[in-house]
Amino acid sequence: MSIQTIEDTKVKAFPTPAKPAAVIAFTAKARRRFDPIAIAGSLATALVPPVIVIAFMLVVWQIACSSPTASLPPPSQVWNEAYDLIAHPFFNNGPQDIGLAWRVLISLQRVAIGFGLAAIVGVALGALVGQSIWAMRGLDPVFQILRTVPPLAWLPLSLAAFRDSSPSALFVIFITSIWPIIINTAVGVRNIPQDYRNVARILRLNQFEFFVKIMVPAAAPYIFTGLRIGIGLSWLAIVAAEMLTGGVGIGFFIWDAWNSSRLPDIIVALAYIGVTGFCLDRLVAAVGAFVTRGTTAK
Amino acid sequence: MTAYLKLDHIDKSFTRGSQVSEVLKDIRLTIDKGEFVSIIGHSGCGKSTLLNLIAGLTRVSAGAVLLENKEVDSPGPERAVVFQNHSLLPWLTVYENISLAVSKVFGRTKSRAERHDWIMRNLDLVQMAHARDKRPAEISGGMKQRVGIARALAMQPKILLLDEPFGALDALTRAHLQDAVMDIHSRLGSTTIMITHDVDEAVLLSDRIVMMTNGPAATIGEVLAVPLARPRRRVELSSDRTFLRCREAVLKFLYERHRFVEAAE
Repeated sequence: MSIQTIEDTKVKAFPTPAKPAAVIAFTAKARRRFDPIAIAGSLATALVPPVIVIAFMLVVWQIACSSPTASLPPPSQVWNEAYDLIAHPFFNNGPQDIGLAWRVLISLQRVAIGFGLAAIVGVALGALVGQSIWAMRGLDPVFQILRTVPPLAWLPLSLAAFRDSSPSALFVIFITSIWPIIINTAVGVRNIPQDYRNVARILRLNQFEFFVKIMVPAAAPYIFTGLRIGIGLSWLAIVAAEMLTGGVGIGFFIWDAWNSSRLPDIIVALAYIGVTGFCLDRLVAAVGAFVTRGTTAK
Repeated sequence: MTAYLKLDHIDKSFTRGSQVSEVLKDIRLTIDKGEFVSIIGHSGCGKSTLLNLIAGLTRVSAGAVLLENKEVDSPGPERAVVFQNHSLLPWLTVYENISLAVSKVFGRTKSRAERHDWIMRNLDLVQMAHARDKRPAEISGGMKQRVGIARALAMQPKILLLDEPFGALDALTRAHLQDAVMDIHSRLGSTTIMITHDVDEAVLLSDRIVMMTNGPAATIGEVLAVPLARPRRRVELSSDRTFLRCREAVLKFLYERHRFVEAAE
């Protein structure tokens, strides 16, 4: 009986101080969520400074490039000459005359394939390297050297190997983005607390169960850091690779525009590439934050 | 009668490079079924190493750990460990943490519904059923340790190994958990080995207290039987003669005969 009564007082005594704090936190959150003035305020603090900076940069650019001898077009000229590209991202006038959004989507499709493969192979190899001391000793120096090779340096070799531009471009994405995935996964796996490993050993989890139930969730924060770096690199690589391999991607569009001296088009394309890369990065970060929400808080 | 668990002349040494450090030397101990045994000693004397040897997480250098006359050479769910820092997987809820163990141990022998009942029964046993959908980060240290105990019990182990289970808890929470462990031990009669450095805790909970000498090459210095009737209540025991005598015996061993000499480190 005494155990029971002590239990009861404990159960009552402990959560009570925690609860008011939680309530306060919730109301604060709720207030922010439903208060339009607060939303407008936070939106303004997030948007006003970058808008001012961009406007300032545009003005400086306009002044600097206004003289008739300027080598680069000012923003007003970009707006006038590339207006159809800016205003109609989804037009489609035949095989080589399509809107920039289509081109970005084609490049994104390549990134999805190349980066997807890199993610699967990278996590598997990273797990091996993190798990086995011999695999690490053998493979780590190789990885460390190969990861410094610039993406485009792989292109001639992959063109020779695949004899086609499309798989070569995929290979360049793959080989560029795989290194940070491997290395970060390996670090994550190496940092799995010994306690989790002991739990797995006591439960006699087999290799596959350990990989799925302990290793991947425990290393998830590291894995997603690697994926995030990897997707950034693969976006860098695809634009460069497409400039050389041709096709209909955004990279080739820039090269094509350069060859026909359409500088305003290049500037618009650069903006598209930047915004897309930013979105990719945020997408992976958001997925990572969602997946690892339990792991990071200890 | 053969012993349930037998530690048969165990030596353990670790080799680092050319240096061999002898941690445990000639450990001999037999434990009966249903017994509650505490192992006490100063920090660094190899208590945890001894527990890891029984768990099979570390291999003995010489001698053998025999459970029901079978040699222990690898970890397994029949020797469940409650770790000092609970070791719950933070990405799983309380329920899922126990479910991971239950579906591994009873995946073939119990149906889904039976496994669910079994998980809930073990959660009830440690009075944590109310927090089944919480993640470890959302519950207090004492609650985490309760779940750790439930996970170990859910494996239906032959021996329950507690590695300083209350070391990281405040005194009040520790007392609650000690009561909970006593309660569970009296209900299930589980054979239990507990590592501790708390003299009161050892006397309160144990049938026998194994006192370790200081390392290197630590061994069992003395084994003290605690002839106190169960159920034991901490308030009544605090002035009980036998309790005080046992307490004194352990204190004398630890602080007079085998005083911890820091300089020896």
